[in-house]
Amino acid sequence: MWVKLSINGEKHEADVEPRLLLVHLIRDVLRLTGTHIGCDTTHCGACTVLMDGRAVKSCTVFAVQARDKQIMTVEGLEQDSKLHPLQQGFMAEHGLQCGYCTPGMLMTSYAFLKKHPAPNEEDIRRAISGNLCRCTGYVNIVKAIQYAAATLRQGGS
Amino acid sequence: MLLGSRDRSGGQAHHDHRGTLLFRRSRPAAGAVSTGASGRFRGEISKDGSTITYTLSYSGLEGTVEAHIHFALEESDLIRTRYPLLHDTCQVIADPLVRNLATLGGNLAHGDPANDHPATMLALGAEVVAAGPKGERRIPITSFFTGPFATALKPDEILVEIRVPIPPARSGGAYLKLERKVGDFATAAVAVQLTLAASGACDQVGIGLTSVGLTAIKATRAEAALKGNRPDDAAIKRAAQLCAEAAQPSEDLRGSVEYKRDMVRVLTARALRKALERAGEGR
Repeated sequence: MWVKLSINGEKHEADVEPRLLLVHLIRDVLRLTGTHIGCDTTHCGACTVLMDGRAVKSCTVFAVQARDKQIMTVEGLEQDSKLHPLQQGFMAEHGLQCGYCTPGMLMTSYAFLKKHPAPNEEDIRRAISGNLCRCTGYVNIVKAIQYAAATLRQGGS
Repeated sequence: MLLGSRDRSGGQAHHDHRGTLLFRRSRPAAGAVSTGASGRFRGEISKDGSTITYTLSYSGLEGTVEAHIHFALEESDLIRTRYPLLHDTCQVIADPLVRNLATLGGNLAHGDPANDHPATMLALGAEVVAAGPKGERRIPITSFFTGPFATALKPDEILVEIRVPIPPARSGGAYLKLERKVGDFATAAVAVQLTLAASGACDQVGIGLTSVGLTAIKATRAEAALKGNRPDDAAIKRAAQLCAEAAQPSEDLRGSVEYKRDMVRVLTARALRKALERAGEGR
């Protein structure tokens, strides 16, 4: 089946099997390997991307279901060689250890902060409850998201 | 080709033709496919006020349905105010990312006794509409779940609509779920929907139990014990006990039979109190 979609503002198209998952289209066909596959069963959230602005686990989505959608992956965060405040926050607050969950954490947080610019810790923890960090580094992940929220509120980009 | 929605755990697959849509506003003729524009979740109340019928949005892929998605229910003021039970339920299904995709219809049609909406729909007294080559038929939710992962849907049928009665004034509901962590199946969960008469007695009561049997269980004895009576402490205690007795849990990593039964008792009492509180608030 023919799929056209936009990823990080760039148009892509591919002829795919109906069973192909979006994450496999992104990684294996389009070679955007920033999006990770952790569990392949929609538990871990490492493969989280934005689909029309909503954070979804891309191993839960068939590539053909993303037809005509706007997808954003972790590669879309950096703009003009400048890291997004979330990425800066994860660096500044040591929000990653092994880094495997990071792309998913970033994308979930990105969608979350768009809707909740001034979240408290509980809001943040609820928002990332579908993303697992096997290093259990949640404390610093929460701090990193708070860092980004503060930066964004101050008009940082 | 029709693709089903994911089950609530987000586990791989079950991409069968069942379990796709649910609340609907319009749909193509059986067997046909639609590439209509995507819509948003929407609730519509029928002219006689008896039924609220929800949406459905067909998106890009032929036959794929993305409606009655949990986040839409979760974010809906209509659902929060009219159906606090449904609103509660949507907030404890899987995790926020899964809820951005998973649908109520899939949750029902999957037939998993650990899914949350079956008990909720039993409590609400819902009815589902199945469509197949011979047309449509209505199935009361009480005869929809026929066994573990089995429903009254025939292999050539899809679930196209869920009809939920509009709760009258002085109604309230609540869903309480005990889970080990976000995204887990319930160790036990209880759905309560009730309506108070002017006298303060229970006029209507629906109670559904999750994950403590081969299907979701409608606690009919507890319902009967409450109906027509004032829901005082003694009545709540009695109903909670009857629910514990109605539960048929099996032992697994989430707990022993005795533990789960007792949790049903505790959750029932709490859910009844919460539902009563909400009924008192006029919800």
